[in-house]
Amino acid sequence: MFPAVRRAAARHGANVIGAAPGLAFRAFARSRLLSTLAVLEQRDGKLSAGSLGAFTAAKKLGGTVHGFIAGGNVSAAAQEAAKVEGVEKIISVDNEAYEKGLPENYAPLLVENIKKGGYTHVIGGHTAFGKNVMPRVAALLDSQQISDITSIENESTFVRPIYAGNAIATVESSDAIKIITIRGTAFAADTPASGSATVEAGVDPKAEPISEWVSEDLAKSDRPDLATASRVVSGGRALKSKEDFDKLMLPLADALGAAVGASRAAVDSGYADNSLQVGQTGKVVAPELYMAVGISGAIQHLAGMKDSKVIAAINKDADAPIFQVADVGLVGDLFEKVPELTEKVKSA
Amino acid sequence: MSALRILVPVKRVIDYAILMQRVRHIQVKPRVNKAMTGVETAGVKHSMNPFDELSVEESVRIREKKRAPGGVEDICAISAGPAKAQDILRTAMAMGADRGIHVEMKDGEEMEPLTVAKMLKAAAEKQGSNLVILGKQSIDDDSAQTGQMLAGLLGWPQATQASKVEFGEGDSVMVTKEVDGGVETVRAKLPMVVTTDLRLNEPRYASLPNIMKAKKKKIEKTSLADFGLQNDTRLKVLKVTEPPSRQGGGKVEDVDGLVSKLKELGAL
Repeated sequence: MFPAVRRAAARHGANVIGAAPGLAFRAFARSRLLSTLAVLEQRDGKLSAGSLGAFTAAKKLGGTVHGFIAGGNVSAAAQEAAKVEGVEKIISVDNEAYEKGLPENYAPLLVENIKKGGYTHVIGGHTAFGKNVMPRVAALLDSQQISDITSIENESTFVRPIYAGNAIATVESSDAIKIITIRGTAFAADTPASGSATVEAGVDPKAEPISEWVSEDLAKSDRPDLATASRVVSGGRALKSKEDFDKLMLPLADALGAAVGASRAAVDSGYADNSLQVGQTGKVVAPELYMAVGISGAIQHLAGMKDSKVIAAINKDADAPIFQVADVGLVGDLFEKVPELTEKVKSA
Repeated sequence: MSALRILVPVKRVIDYAILMQRVRHIQVKPRVNKAMTGVETAGVKHSMNPFDELSVEESVRIREKKRAPGGVEDICAISAGPAKAQDILRTAMAMGADRGIHVEMKDGEEMEPLTVAKMLKAAAEKQGSNLVILGKQSIDDDSAQTGQMLAGLLGWPQATQASKVEFGEGDSVMVTKEVDGGVETVRAKLPMVVTTDLRLNEPRYASLPNIMKAKKKKIEKTSLADFGLQNDTRLKVLKVTEPPSRQGGGKVEDVDGLVSKLKELGAL
C-alpha cells in the first residue's frame, strides 16, 4: 500500500501541495531528496532477472525508484521491468551501440541520465557488467563508489565485506551521488508483478565508441545459473580429472536439480570451466544447499560460499578446514560416496 | 605502432592469498583490531597484491616475447604507501620492471580508489604512458574500481579482467576478458587501461641475480602533493567487525546419515 501512496503522491506532488501541505510537502521533499536509479542488465533484449535485485536494494533506501535499461531492442524488457511494484519509471534507451554494455559509451550514457534525473543513488549489480561500468560512472561523477554491499543501514551507510569476507566494514559515504554495487545473494531479485511504471526514453548522448566488441564464448548449460541457484554442488582438486568431474558431479547436480561449481584448483587443473569458479575471485553464491566435494576449504573458496544456508562436505581428509564450516560432513572417498549419494537422492 | 610505455601500479597488501596458494593448510586469517577500526596489520607479512604480480609479469612478457609491434620502451612500477612500499617496487623491478615511483604516505594512511585513480592519471600523463596494466582488485579492500576509474578519468578505453592481451597493427589491442559465464573479446586502440585476472599468466619468482640488479634500479620518490592532490576521503569507516562465525555441525558416518541430516536441515 505504501509504495502505491508514495507513487501517487510523488506523481501528483506539485498539484496537491495546496490541498494538503504537510503530507504533500513531505512526499515531495522526500522524492526530491532521495531518488534511486537502478541499473538493469539485459542480453539480446531479455531482462536479466538477477539485476532486479537492484530494485530490492533501491526500495530499502526509500524515496523514488526508477530503473534504467539500454541496448539494441529493449522495449519488451523495459515493459517487463515496469511491472515491478513500487517502481515509478523505467528509463529506456534503444540503441544498438549499448547492446554489449561497453563501458566507454555506456558510462557517459548513464552519467547523462543520472544528471538529468537528479538521482541521489545509483545501484547496479556487482556482476561482470556492473564491475566494468559502475566505477567508470563513479569517476566521471567524482564519486567514490561503494562496492559489493551486503546491507543498507540508512541512505548513506552501507555494509560490505573486505579481506575476502574475513571482515565486515560499515562505511558512511559523504558523496552527493552515491554509486553502489550490490552483492546479488544479499538482495533477492524483485519480481515483475502488477506494477505500472511508465516507460520513458532516456537521453542518448551518442558518444563515439572508442572500443569494439569482437566476440564472446559463453558456457552453455541447461542447469540452473550458478549465481542464483538454490542448490549448488561444487567439486575440487580431488576429482582428479575432467572426465571424473563430469562423471561424478553432473549426475549428482541433476539428481539435486543443482548448479555446478568448482574450486580454483579444479578450474586451474582444467576439470571445470573458469566461469564455474566459486570464491573471492570467482562467483559468490549463497544457495539453500552447498555441497562441497573434494574441496579442502581455503579462505579464498570460503569467501564465495560461506553464506550458504546449509553446507555439506564430502572429503577424505578428516582435518580439512571445510569441516569447520560444514553443517554436515562425511569423511570418505568421494569416488565411492558421490555415486552412492546420487542414487540415494534419486530414490529419495 | 607506438612503442609501449607501460605503467604498472602495484599495492602492498597483507599476504594471505599467497600463503594459501603455496602452502596448503596454512592460512593466515586477517584479524579485526581491538578498536574495531580495521584489520590488524602490525607484524603481519605483507606482499605484492597477487593481481599486481600478474600485471608486472604481463608487462615483462610483452617485452620478452616481443609481442607489441612497436616494442616496449619502458616499464615503470608505481606504488603509494609507507616506506615499506619500496619493497614491493623492488620486487616488481626484480621481476623485470625498469624503474619505480614511490608515492610516500604515512604509515597506516590509506587512499580510496578514486584518489588512487586521480594520482595514476597524473602519473600516466607525466610519464607519457600509453598502457596502464592494473590488477582487477586488491585482496584487502576487494573494491575492484581503480582501473575502471582511471580509464574514465583519462577518457581511455578499458578492458577489465583480462585473460589474454594481443597487440596488432595501428596501435590496436585485443583483449579477452573473463565475464559471467565465459569470456568476451574486445578491441581498442592505445592508449588503454587493462586489468588482470588470475588466468592471464603465471608470475615468475625473482631470481637472486635479478634481485641484486633491482637494487641498482632507480626509485623516484614523490608525494600526492607533487601531483597536486590531497588524500580526501569520501567513505568514513564507522566500524570493522568479524563476520558471524559459522560452526560446523559435526560429521556423519555414511551416506544414509548425510541424506537424513540434510532432510532434517530442510535442504533435501
